[in-house]
Amino acid sequence: MKAAVIVFPASNCDRDLKVALTQSMGREPDMVWHGESELPDTDLIAIPGGFSYGDYLRAGAMAENSPIMREVVKRAEAGTPVLAICNGFQIATETGMLQGALLRNAGQKFVCRDVDLLVTSQNERFVGGFKQGEVVRFPVAHHDGNFYADEDKLNELEAEGQVAFRYVTPEGEQTNEANPNGSQNNIAGIYNKAGNVLGLMPHPERLISDELGGTDGKRFFDHLVSSIV
Amino acid sequence: MKARVYISLKNGVLDPQGKAISHSLQGLGFKNVVDVRQGKTIDLDLADMDRAAAEAEVEKMCQQLLANTVIENYSIEMLD
Repeated sequence: MKAAVIVFPASNCDRDLKVALTQSMGREPDMVWHGESELPDTDLIAIPGGFSYGDYLRAGAMAENSPIMREVVKRAEAGTPVLAICNGFQIATETGMLQGALLRNAGQKFVCRDVDLLVTSQNERFVGGFKQGEVVRFPVAHHDGNFYADEDKLNELEAEGQVAFRYVTPEGEQTNEANPNGSQNNIAGIYNKAGNVLGLMPHPERLISDELGGTDGKRFFDHLVSSIV
Repeated sequence: MKARVYISLKNGVLDPQGKAISHSLQGLGFKNVVDVRQGKTIDLDLADMDRAAAEAEVEKMCQQLLANTVIENYSIEMLD
């Protein structure tokens, strides 16, 4: 299996993602600079977290218009799986690959901590390694992670089973206290309609070994790789 | 040719920064402040061109980059 990690100026989780993918794939992903206009042959595209272009204008707004993103959008439309994490999620909403937008956190603060997530809908490719209804733990680290969609879009996401993860208590309850950023319906991640693009604010690549405090992220990547190979 | 673009969050979209400004103003004793919504202005300096064509171009800029129409409204003012 081949993977490509897109690297923007001020991406800062690109190398974590490389480590996580290398661990699960047994080979290194291609690191593709934002200025490239062609993507290598790849089975998975990963858009990392960070502060691409300094978050100027809006988080993800500049990255949306970089040459490589046109290729990413084309590949996504053709069915290539895309994993968009944190700033990658913001970029994916800016391109229209995913619906909604990520607003400033309701509490105004940058939030950096582990969160508990309910695996909400069963997308075999991305979360088939988890049981539906399982609570997994990944960290969040963001200032603009407050998911928003207008009422019609939100209802559509819910009705179509496009909500991937929700912020919950360790027992799996969806409460306001468990919601770190004010996201509507505690939404932490969504799929596109076709189910081949996943965007999420939490960082599975940051919990991939016991030394780092957990392995739910490793389980996520191990399954993703095994489902694509 | 100069143009000014005003960008604001749509009604109903939570504006935490506006809320923080509102709380600060009330804390300073401005008790008449009921609510605050904040946004941004972008000033564009354009080459000399037909005014209507310029406005149409700025409209395109708003759609493609300057505003995220999922959450933001924009308005354009041609300044000369």
